[in-house]
This record gives sequence, C-alpha cells and structure tokens, in this order.
Amino acid sequence: MKIKIIIFLIILNLNVVNAETSLVDSNKIFKNLRCLVCQGQSVGDSNSEFAQTIKLVVRDQIKEGKTEKEIYEFLIEKYGDWIVYKPPLNKVNFVLWLFPYLVFVAGGTIIFLFLKKRDNH
Amino acid sequence: MLSNIGNTLLSLNILIGISIIYFSFKNLNNNKILIGKKIYHLCLFQSTFIIICFLTLVSAFIVSDFSIITVYQNSHSLKPFLYKISGTWGNHEGSLLLWAIILTIFSFFFLFYNKYHPKNYRIYSLIIQNILILGFLFFLLFNSNPFSMVSPTPKEGLGLNPILQDPALAIHPPLLYVGFVGSSIYFSAAMASLITNYSGKLFAQSIKNWVLISWSFQTLGILAGSIWAYYELGWGGFWFWDPVENASLLPWFAMSALLHSLIVLEKRNLLYFWVIILCLLTFILSVTGTFLVRSGILNSVHTFANDPSRGLYILIFLSLMIFASVLLFFSKFKNNSYNLNSNSKETFILINNWFMIFYLITVLLGTIYPIFTEVLTDHKVSVGPPFYNAVIIPIVVIFLFFMSVGPRIKWIKNKFYNLNLLFKILIASIFINFCIIYLFQGYSLMSNFIIISALFLVFASLMDLYKSLKKQNIELPRVISHLAFGFLILFIGLNYNFSIEKDFNLKVGEKKVFENYSIEFQNLKLEDFKNYKAVIGEFNISKSDENLNQSLYPEIRIYEKPSTITYEASIRSDLLKDYYITMSNIDRSEYYNIKFQKKPFMMWIWISVIFISLGGFLRFFKNAKKYY
Amino acid sequence: MQKNIIKLSIISLILFIIGVFFIGLNKSSIYDTKDLVGQKITNIQLDHFSENRIITGEDLKKNDFTLINFWASWCAPCRDEHATLLKLNNDEKNLKILGVNFKDKKNNALKFLKDLGDPYDDIARDEFGKYSINFGIYGIPESILINKDLIIIKKFIGPISKNDYNFIKQIVRKQ
Repeated sequence: MKIKIIIFLIILNLNVVNAETSLVDSNKIFKNLRCLVCQGQSVGDSNSEFAQTIKLVVRDQIKEGKTEKEIYEFLIEKYGDWIVYKPPLNKVNFVLWLFPYLVFVAGGTIIFLFLKKRDNH
Repeated sequence: MLSNIGNTLLSLNILIGISIIYFSFKNLNNNKILIGKKIYHLCLFQSTFIIICFLTLVSAFIVSDFSIITVYQNSHSLKPFLYKISGTWGNHEGSLLLWAIILTIFSFFFLFYNKYHPKNYRIYSLIIQNILILGFLFFLLFNSNPFSMVSPTPKEGLGLNPILQDPALAIHPPLLYVGFVGSSIYFSAAMASLITNYSGKLFAQSIKNWVLISWSFQTLGILAGSIWAYYELGWGGFWFWDPVENASLLPWFAMSALLHSLIVLEKRNLLYFWVIILCLLTFILSVTGTFLVRSGILNSVHTFANDPSRGLYILIFLSLMIFASVLLFFSKFKNNSYNLNSNSKETFILINNWFMIFYLITVLLGTIYPIFTEVLTDHKVSVGPPFYNAVIIPIVVIFLFFMSVGPRIKWIKNKFYNLNLLFKILIASIFINFCIIYLFQGYSLMSNFIIISALFLVFASLMDLYKSLKKQNIELPRVISHLAFGFLILFIGLNYNFSIEKDFNLKVGEKKVFENYSIEFQNLKLEDFKNYKAVIGEFNISKSDENLNQSLYPEIRIYEKPSTITYEASIRSDLLKDYYITMSNIDRSEYYNIKFQKKPFMMWIWISVIFISLGGFLRFFKNAKKYY
Repeated sequence: MQKNIIKLSIISLILFIIGVFFIGLNKSSIYDTKDLVGQKITNIQLDHFSENRIITGEDLKKNDFTLINFWASWCAPCRDEHATLLKLNNDEKNLKILGVNFKDKKNNALKFLKDLGDPYDDIARDEFGKYSINFGIYGIPESILINKDLIIIKKFIGPISKNDYNFIKQIVRKQ
C-alpha cells in the first residue's frame, strides 16, 4: 500500500514539473480584450481597424518588456474597464469573484449539516 | 389574405385558451372522476390551430408574401428554399410563434399522457399552462405580431442575414425550444402539484419523461448553436460565454439537477420541495434568458434587433410568474423529516445538485453583473471567458471525481468494496496524462488536473459500460451520458491545450513559415453566385515533418440583400483535428489578414455532446416502453 | 420567525433584481469613452507630417487649448466636420488645432487638405495608428479637447457637430 502511494506521488510530481510556465502570450491578451467597435467579439477574433491597431500596440509593448498586467492597466486607463473581458479584482468587482465561491461553500455546508443531522438519528 | 388567416387563428386560440381555463375550473368542482371530453377537444383544436397558424407564416415565407412585415424584413425571393422556411423562426416574431406551438402541444400531450394521475392535478396543470399560453398569445397578437402588414406591398424583401443561412442555425431554435420552452410543462405541473398536494413518487413519475425530453433536446440545441458558431462565425471557437449562449446554458444546469433529483424523489420519496423549486426555476430561467436576449439590455454578437417594449412586456410576464410561483411555494412549504443515510446515492445526487447550482449561479451572476454595475454605479464592466473559465474549471475538476464515484454507490447503505479499483483508475489516469505530456507537450497545472479528472471519469465509466453491457441492465443510458461527458471535458481540455493559432498578413504569392508549418497564399479569384459574390483564396498547407499537403479555400462573401460582408472559414476536418483558415481584407492594402488554426479533436467534441443527449433519449425510450 | 426572515429576504432580493432590470431597460446605451475626461495625457510623441521632427507634450503646453483631431482622406464622415474645423480655426484664437493624419498616404492626405481646406495649425501623422491608442481613440473621426496642462476637457466621438462647436467656443473663450 505504501509503495502505491509513493509511486502515486512521484508520478504526480513529474506531471507538475512538466506543467508549462506562462510567458507573455500575445494571443491570450488579444482574446482578453474587447473589440470596441464590434458587437461582442474579442480583439483576437476581430479584423476591424481598431482590432488591428490594438494588436500592433500590444505586440510593441510586449517587445518593450511590459507584463500582461501592465498592458491591461494601460488600456483600461485609456478605454475604461469595459475593454477587458476579465473583470479586474477591485472593490466593485470582488462581489463578482467572491460570490460564486461563497455559494459553493454555503452549499457544501448545508449538505454537510443536513447529513450530519440525519446521521445522528 | 395569409395575414388575416394568421391573425384569426391567433385570436381564435386566445378564445380557446380562455374557454379551456373556464371549463377546467368547472371540471374541478364537479363530482366526475374523468375529465370531460370537451376539454380534450378544445386542447386538440388549440394545437391544430396553432400549427396551422405557424404553417401559414411558413407559407408566407415560401411564397415571399412581402405584404407581411416579418417576411419583408427577413426574407428575399432569391433566398434558397430551405432558408426561406427556416427564416420563419429566424426572427423575433416568428420565433415567438414557435414558442406558442411548443407551449400548446406540450399542454395537450401532458394532459393526454397523464391519464393515470389525479384529475385535479391534471386540470390545474392545464390551467397554469394555458395561462402561460395566453400570456404569449397576447404578446404575439398585440406587441410582436408576425402577421402585421406593411402597405404598400414592397416588391422585394430586405433579406435574411447570410450568417443565419446555415443548416445548424436552422434547427437550433426548434431544438432549443423543445428544451427550455418545453420546461414550461413541468413548471405548470409543479404549481399544480403544490396546489393539489400531489407529491412524492407519483408526481416524479408524472414529469420525469418530460424533463428527460426537454433536457435531451436542450443539449442538442446548445450543440447546434456551438456548431453554427464554429463553422459560421469564423473565430474557430465554439463557446464564448456570450449572454445568449449563457441564456441557453442556465436552464440546462437546472434541468440536469432536476433530472438527478427526480431519481431520488421517485426511488426514495425524498427531496420533493427541492424538485419543485427546480421545476419552477427551470422555466423561470428560460424566460429570464429570453428577456436578457431580446430586450436589448445586454450587448452580444447574437442579439436580435431590439425594441424596448418587448423587454418591458417580457419582464412583466416574468415578474408575475416569479411572484405567483414564489408565493404559492411559501404557502405550501412544509419542513419534512428525512430519513437518509449520508453514505448513500442520495448524497451524491445532492452533491450533483450542489455543483449544478454553483455553475448556475456563476453563469447567471456573470451574465447579469454588467447590468447591475451599469445601473448602480454608471460604470460599464465586461465579464467574459477569462472570468467563467477561471471560476468554473477548478470546480469541474472536483465535480468529475464525484461524477465517477456517485453512480456506483448503493441506495441505502453502501460499503466501499471498490475503493481499491478506484485507486487503480486514478493511477491509470495520472499515468496517461503523464504520457501525453511526455510525448507531446506540457500544459498548465489546471489543465493537468482537468485532464486527469476527465480521464478518471472516462475510465470509471468504461468499466461501468463493460459491466452494464454484460448484464444488459437499465444503467446503460446513464453510463453513456456520463462517459460522453467525461470524453467531452477530456477533448475540450486537449483541444484547448494543443490548438495552434497564427495570425499574420500575406499577399498573393507569399508564404508564411512557422514551427513545422508552411502556408502558401497561392491564388485569389473572384466568383459569382446566386445571391453573392465571393473572393476565394487558395492556401496550401504543408508540414516539414509530415506528409501533409492540404488546400484550404477561405472566402470573403459580398451579399447584396441585405448588403453585408461575411468571412467564410475554410475547414478541413478529420478524426484527429481540424485545419481552419479565415481570410479578411485589410483596407487600402493588397495584404490579407490570415488566421490559421489547428484544432485537435473537434469532431470528438461534437460526437461527445451527441452521446450525452443520446443517453437521455435512451432512458426516455426505455421509460416509454415500460409505461405505454 | 426565522422562516419569515428568509422568506422576506428572498422576496426583497427578487424585487431588487427585477427593479434593476427595469431600470436597465431604459438605460442600455452604446458604450463610448466620453466619460474619460479629467485625465492628463502623457507620453505624447507624434511624428510631424512633413517636417522631420517629433511633436511632444511640451509643444502642446504652449497653447491655451488644443483640439487634437484624428482624420484621414479615406474617412467619409471626416469631410462632414471639416467646415466646422475651418470655422474653429478661423474664429478662435485661443484654440490651436492639431490634426493627426491616421493610417493614410501622404499624397491622399495633402490632396484632401487642398480640396477641402487646411484647418490645422499643425499636422502630425500616425502611419500605423499606434499613437492613437495613447489618446484612447477607437474610430475616426474623433477629437480631444485639452487645456494648457494637457488635461482632457472633452472627447468628441464622430464628426464635430454644431453643438460641439458651441461647447468648444464656450470653453475656449472663458479665459
């Protein structure tokens, strides 16, 4: 039994080691930006004038060594929060990010208590 | 003339609906055991007339009767025949007529197929359903009338948006409507059940096939939408967490939870009130989704043309529905005593529900959150794929493990005989994942977890499949759906991690070389078709380490009526992968912007979803054989 | 008692959500960046159109007010606002207009100005459109009115209308 667990952990570790570390991926950024002149498309998926310009600028900034976060902050400063598909984690938005997990924990707790009550009968 | 026929039939159906409700109340208070024949006849007429009404609109599209506004705005005499027909429901007014048909037909068949259930329960179901029908008929007749006329009669129509002229999109609404509009019937049945105190096992049996049918069709409907998005919209993706997509997914989560809870209600007579909540919730979510999509309150690539009065009407209808159901529920709710053992199948079904509600709340919150920020803080925020993926995927990992274990647990007291076997399956999954990384390429930590858990579900289900084929027992539908779900997540995970995407500009004669691929822009030609002109590019893909030589032909299509430009992707599919190219012109330049994608396992993603719904249909047929 | 609290909170929540939907119905608007006023534009670096130099923020600080107008010869609505721009240039001495020629060919741009008139005190070119992003531009024509300290007073999306003209006149003459 112990041997099995050891093998398990070794293989798991090997997997984790192979997990790719992320570099600044331009495609990922394009997909996270909204094309402001399109109806519900990302910059990555659009070929509008605006999308093409944004792609140029983002590529330049990546070459300059900017991080993903810095690029988003720059664009949010110029165009507002709406341009980014991943809602930034700020005072306004933490309800959005936190609430689903609260529901998850609450649901789990309800079920746990519910079953505990029954088991004690 | 067609317009008059249509309007007459609609008004007639309103009268029939009112008389059904009237006679239903009369039937409630008389002492007869059976429901009077009059009601059956009225229901039959109701269904017949609405079908004729719908066929009238279809005919108007086929003959291109442009005196009718809907036909004028959405059709054109040069449109291919099949798309003239599907144009009937490819617009707001026509699709509402489809709503009316499903509501009406389901009403009749529910009445008909519930003969062995109590009279009052059936009558109240009929009454509630007819109230819903009347609500929609009023909406149709007075706000969104597909038979409104325009004078003078235009010589030609405005045409249907060419990206909507697609076979997958043609069947997408009918499939979806059998799904989430069909859920209206168990909304009504749940209300009736509360009113008449008809609960427990028998109630579950009354609605279970309806839930199965609506769930299976909803699954197919969502699939059709994704297939359309992949083939038509040209971005190579099939799910964008767009509000309209989410609107179809929300009822699906509720239906899935309901499907599982019904098993508990039928087998162990538990969770009655929770089942009622889910029944009410499913249709409420359906109407909420309709509201979000058609009122113009949200911005989406799929939105219909907008009109604020529609939104107002649907919102009022929705509010009335919600308040009626919530108040009725509160007045009838009783805290029951439960007798369930925590180490049993009920627990796992509760766990399924727990996860489904989590997914539901996450998707609902993400979809309506921008509305709240805009109204409350005057600040516009986008919620897109990065949010949903980040929140949901980690939870899916855990969900898949529960999904593998749950069905094996016994109903009353379970003993863990098969812990050893599960452990072995886990090792196998980790090993296979390791092989994938070692032989091909690594991926993110979260992807590792998702693929391992998907493999776990696949292996567990394969063992179940083997057992159930040997024994020929009733577990086959469940095994198929669960196995297919495991495969779906597995293929989506692999597709996501092994896709290649390259965006570059080329002009004719040039070649782009990257990794092992070489893409040559060989040719460009202009061709004339029946209702559009096409600029067709010829691209040759070759790979240095493989014997690959494929030609793809993406198009830029210029339509006249309506005046639009679409970009047709060229896709070459085989069992292992799809090659996908889109081409678009760059203004004021002879360069074209080319997007090349390699998408592994796309076929298998579609096939997996088909098998998920197949499990539902299989179970339905098995049930039908038993009872009818 | 506890049950009633739960019931009440559920009903309140539903009322709240429906209320927000009602208000949202009337509000739904197309997004624009009009509200990004009050910001200071930094990092201004524009190639001059014909001379071999770079226009920077320092140059613009010399003006009391600058209207930065993004235009191109291939842009049809740009023609609509041209007359207004000429009028602004003529009448308002406190205002300098900087035209940024966006993704255009030099010859076409010059011809455009020859045909319709040149309302610009200075012209820059943004050949690939990259610099427009620094100004928060997403389509043309678009114009930004800034003051001496390079703070954005107003953004004009689309061609400058009569109302916009009056607004600019008012602001610029206050000094």
